[in-house]
Amino acid sequence: MADRPLPPPETAVEWLESMTLIRRFEERAGEQYTRAKVGGFLHLAIGEEATIVGAVAALRPTDYMIATYRSHGQALARGSEPGRVMAELFGRVDGLCRGRGGSMHMFDLERRFMGGFGIVGGNLPLAAGFGLTSDYLGSDDATLCQFGDGASNQGTFGETLNLAALWSLPVVFMVTNNQFGMGTSLERHSAQTNLQTKGEGFGVPGMQCDGMDVIDTWAVTSEAMRIAREERQPVLVEALNYRFRGHSIADPEDYRSEDEVLEWSKRDPLVTFGDRLVAEGILNDEQREAIDLQAIETVDAAVAFADASPEPEPSSLYDDVYVLSDQVRGWYSADHRGAGVQKGEDLS
Amino acid sequence: MAEMRYREALNQALAEELERDPNVYLMGQDISVFGGAFKVTEGLMDRFGEKRIRDTPISENTIVGLGVGSAMTGLRPVIELMTINFSLLALDQIINHAAHVRYMFGGQVSVPLVVRMPQGAGHQLGPTHSHSFEALYLHVPGLLVAVPSTATDAKGLLKTAIRDDNPVIFIEHETLYGQRGEVPDDPDFTVPFGLAAIRRAGSDVTIIGISRMAQTAERAAEQLAADHGIEAEVIDPRTLRPLDLDTILESVAKTNRCVIVEEGWPHGGVGANLAALIQEQGFDDLDAPVGRVTGVDAPMPYAKSLEQISFPHEEQVIEATLALFGDRKRASRG
Ligand SMILES: Cc1ncc(C[n+]2csc(CCOP(=O)(O)OP(=O)(O)O)c2C)c(N)n1
Repeated sequence: MADRPLPPPETAVEWLESMTLIRRFEERAGEQYTRAKVGGFLHLAIGEEATIVGAVAALRPTDYMIATYRSHGQALARGSEPGRVMAELFGRVDGLCRGRGGSMHMFDLERRFMGGFGIVGGNLPLAAGFGLTSDYLGSDDATLCQFGDGASNQGTFGETLNLAALWSLPVVFMVTNNQFGMGTSLERHSAQTNLQTKGEGFGVPGMQCDGMDVIDTWAVTSEAMRIAREERQPVLVEALNYRFRGHSIADPEDYRSEDEVLEWSKRDPLVTFGDRLVAEGILNDEQREAIDLQAIETVDAAVAFADASPEPEPSSLYDDVYVLSDQVRGWYSADHRGAGVQKGEDLS
Repeated sequence: MAEMRYREALNQALAEELERDPNVYLMGQDISVFGGAFKVTEGLMDRFGEKRIRDTPISENTIVGLGVGSAMTGLRPVIELMTINFSLLALDQIINHAAHVRYMFGGQVSVPLVVRMPQGAGHQLGPTHSHSFEALYLHVPGLLVAVPSTATDAKGLLKTAIRDDNPVIFIEHETLYGQRGEVPDDPDFTVPFGLAAIRRAGSDVTIIGISRMAQTAERAAEQLAADHGIEAEVIDPRTLRPLDLDTILESVAKTNRCVIVEEGWPHGGVGANLAALIQEQGFDDLDAPVGRVTGVDAPMPYAKSLEQISFPHEEQVIEATLALFGDRKRASRG
């Protein structure tokens, strides 16, 4: 599929920049994890950059995007400030979610990046809900929902595809087939391994793209978004890709061979796309190098920003549990803040 | 006796029961090749084969449903849900079917099913991945609920769970898997349901700790003795259904004070339930209101600084206990 023509040079360069930023960001996030700056689970998207950038490039700024616990890259590609993404990983007040969500739960409403969800398959119904809103309000915004091959086995997959088709919702479901759900390979978890066909019985046609190729991903996703937006027809896109790192940081990877990883790494989306831009005269080697240096600098600044951001105040613990109003001015609770009844908020 | 970790004790219990009964089989995500997300099932696939150690897709509700179906027809499934957080997807099968099928069909069938899963906060996994749900399952008639806090109980209670003909919600704890204990290696060793363990004897106050909070309670009790001269009796109920209320009431009759420690939310919590039972049945024995120490009444935040103040530690247990004694004991603080 490498025979698709390049996009205009500025666009091509932008995509390479975006993929490079994600790669460097993820590498640094992994490093910060080993220094205990980042806690919890850390799922990196190294190897999956083309799927992220190609898909996001097919969206309008007002389209909705929703993804999984592996979504620092989606936030970055949507334009979230790298410093705020890193600060969320650090659990600081300047994090995208003020340190409440962490790595698995990124969210940036302003950029219509609608999260970051830790429950496998949990985001599909929400995506259909965004589609419902667009439809209801008569807007032509559409939604892109990314989830993994493993998630295609959840009940929410079939239930959501059926409803989206039944109600003609403008949603593109993108299954990022990175060949594994944690340590279980595709053929060991799904009877149908040609995932693009998995929606047909629900009335959701399938398409496939090379998720290691940013241009193909962009082209196929763009067509799928057009169908969703203009024909009010949900589409299932299977993006074939591979994660180069473990499922999360602590993964011994006994379930796959080094040869397999090596074989896929020959298709490293950054390398192949960068090579092509040089081969076709869009960039010279120095310019290519400069893109990388710029990404490293941006990530350095993101780490510095996150480091300088304060930890959340203990007194903020109960912020945002409820929308406070005349009806709910606070609530009574008896929790371990001390013996006796406590006020969840000031009940003045 | 052999020293082993909590996870190894569970592994041994599973291996022994798989060995003992050919109708026992395991099912769960990443339990065979991967050995389980917390390595509890490591090595079992090599020993018992794919027919009995079954990797499933990520389909929690359906996995539990299959378990219920096969349990109704003669098998004894032991299901591992990767964590208790994902059991929310299976609540329909757990409550509407596992718990109620026997009753609904007039006792014609039973559901000898075990659903094993770890719970708990402390690993900075944020709101969706840090739940403690013993209270949720305690709520449901038809289910048995085990909350082992030591390696020995993990093994002994799991074996009892597998042998019992009722559906058992078997709640492990993420932070306990690496803890060591002396565990009997006799394949006939079991721990009965409905028998609380007295972890520490004392006469001044009864502290009941649920799941890992039994350990927090024990450490708090040592400090109460050292710093305040208060001798706490620490009780680990080990199973919440059936509940050994007798042991709790006997202790309260002796100490006249009680504090309940749990990791989950306060409203509708285990402590709320136990406090009601204790005041209903032991009102005359109480010299102070029953104290509760719980997780905070909010979702679990990711940031370490916030997470650490969101679930109980020794200091909150000590504070809640001292509060039951009024100013007399507080004065001797520090
Ligand atoms: C309902 C639910 N079950 C189990 C898990 C634990 N878990 C997290 S990621 C994962 C594998 C998901 O694989 P896939 O959907 O292919 O996405 P990938 O991680 O490969 O991007 C599992 C089992 C979870 N988060 N949610």
